[in-house]
Amino acid sequence: MEPSKILLLVGGTSDIGRATALHYAQAGWHVQLAARNEEEARRNADDIRARTGAEVTVHRLDILETGDFESFATSLPTLPDTVVCVVGELGDQAKGQADTAHASLVLRTNFEGPALLLGFFAERFLARGSGTLVGVSSVAGDRGRGSNYLYGAAKAGFTAFLSGLRNRLAPKGLRVVTIKPGFVRTQMTAGMKLPPVLTAEPSEVGRAIFTAAEKSSRDVIYVRPIWRPVMMAVGSIPERFFKRLRL
Amino acid sequence: MTELTGWGRYPRHPSETLSPSSPNALPSLMASRTGLVARGNGRAYGDAAIGERVTLMARGLDRIRAFDPATGRIQVEAGVLLSDLLGIVVPKGFFPPVVPGTKFVTIGGMIASDVHGKNHHRDGGFGDHVESLTLALPDGGVVTCSRNENPELLSATISGMGLTGTILDATFRLRPIETGWMRQTTSVARNLDDAIQALQTTSNATYSVAWIDCLARGASLGRSLIFAAEHATQRDLDALQPGAEPYPASKLGRLGVPLDLPAFTLNRLSVSAFNELYFRAGAVKSGYPFLVHWNPYFFPLDGIGSWNRIYGRRGFLQYQCVIPTAQAQAVLGGILERISKHGSASFLAVLKQLGAGHGDLSFPLEGFTLTLDLPVSDDVFPLLDELDRLVVEAGGRLYLAKDARQSPATFEAGYPGLSRFRDLRRAIGATGRVSSRLSVRLGI
Repeated sequence: MEPSKILLLVGGTSDIGRATALHYAQAGWHVQLAARNEEEARRNADDIRARTGAEVTVHRLDILETGDFESFATSLPTLPDTVVCVVGELGDQAKGQADTAHASLVLRTNFEGPALLLGFFAERFLARGSGTLVGVSSVAGDRGRGSNYLYGAAKAGFTAFLSGLRNRLAPKGLRVVTIKPGFVRTQMTAGMKLPPVLTAEPSEVGRAIFTAAEKSSRDVIYVRPIWRPVMMAVGSIPERFFKRLRL
Repeated sequence: MTELTGWGRYPRHPSETLSPSSPNALPSLMASRTGLVARGNGRAYGDAAIGERVTLMARGLDRIRAFDPATGRIQVEAGVLLSDLLGIVVPKGFFPPVVPGTKFVTIGGMIASDVHGKNHHRDGGFGDHVESLTLALPDGGVVTCSRNENPELLSATISGMGLTGTILDATFRLRPIETGWMRQTTSVARNLDDAIQALQTTSNATYSVAWIDCLARGASLGRSLIFAAEHATQRDLDALQPGAEPYPASKLGRLGVPLDLPAFTLNRLSVSAFNELYFRAGAVKSGYPFLVHWNPYFFPLDGIGSWNRIYGRRGFLQYQCVIPTAQAQAVLGGILERISKHGSASFLAVLKQLGAGHGDLSFPLEGFTLTLDLPVSDDVFPLLDELDRLVVEAGGRLYLAKDARQSPATFEAGYPGLSRFRDLRRAIGATGRVSSRLSVRLGI
């Protein structure tokens, strides 16, 4: 039997992170869970281990402490085969408009941190000659809307970063996958009224990530395919009309 | 504010709801709020899992903490669903020590109601198998309860309906099984005497239960099918269904009831037809052992999605009483007669033998328990009050997890452990702080 492959899951306390890690573990992978809150990450690690018997380790990482990435990578027992970054922070748009510090937190958590981390592992993977990088971006990055453009702009940046990285790494045989989940029923969206047809369960996102990254050669995934035409329609509205819509 | 109901959809009460995502969030919630109770998957039928003011939705506490496949010992958070647990442990050759009639309950709810299964006469309730649990107290303290540590708190929490605090996690042992099949034997009982006798003679079987045809009258009153079963061994499998998969996939596809059916669809005729069909289908297999998947054996109604909606918008009451052995035949006969005369028949009438209970407010006592469903109507309440009088006279009691309407007097008469339970609640500061609509209604 060939040795188990290794997943590094960044954002190990989020619902999507937990579901994704569980899906990989069920497929026989070993898992490295990285998160800021180690205690909560350990809770998920114990759960995945008890359910699957997989080897799961926990590693502390603050996505905003970009200077620590080097020591973080050194602390990992092995360089992973796949890195999935699900880190995200919806933030509070209204608060961010008045409070630069909050706006900066949203921009850095959704763009700077995830992009720099995947970029960091891209260099390691290039040196080794193999590896897959998966970034969870958002449909909110497809077009800026008045109600969440801080989050949307950061995700747009992340989407562009992943696209550029993919363009650079593809000739070397390395994969970069962009995931756009659409609405997901998670702690982040708890209490919001979400349209059922457009809303995925975390387990659905986990399965979609695993399938896209490990079982297909697709580059950009909308977890629920219906989002592709929806966002195409949203994108095709001329700006002179779009700017007057309350979105 | 959200309007909450139990599985019976009666009564309805407004409550604020909080959904903690981690056990670590519980202590400060407990200490800062009053009039609260934890709710699992909302499968208690009445008002047990509706907070007086605040309801703690515990489904976010859904992690398995540890599982040892060598010993079958498992530690789970209180919001883990039994269905989730079964999906994990059955393929590994284990089964929970006790399961109730639905798998869509949380482990915390199973402990708080000290649920019993078809094996209570042999194995006791779920609470008997809990080695230890972690409890968040009303003042925000967190304690471990086991046979050695805080044993009084353990006995009160098992069957305590969430009124001693919020259960965070629990540790118990699973039983080893060789296959996911049940070896079932069905027999026919012509009337209630027969059924009670049959349950007593099959009490060496691990699992046994009787389904009663509620509409049979006169000499046939209480005619039933008795289902006895064991976990099938590999040898059973080789003998009865050679080559069968030892752990067959669970058929979880279900036929949902998407809308409230109008109450008239549940008239005498339709129920009668259902019961006749059920009685015949079972009688055909009478006497011969056969194999059945664990899922339909233990959870036949889980196959129909929201079956609670077939009783219409007003909801329904599930009446479950237990009568001590010596009086069981006479009193249960009296109850069945009154139900049958009333004509508001039940889809479901289940008869089981129970052994002694464990916790202060545990439902089981040595005797027989009867379970009936009745759609809510104006004249069902006086009927049930009349049945309560029969139960109390016989030294029986009603199951709190099912109850939505008994009086404080009926409750107090049935539960001698109540004063000890109240004392303990006072001692830990739970009185007035941890309270559900049920505890307010019954003065617990």
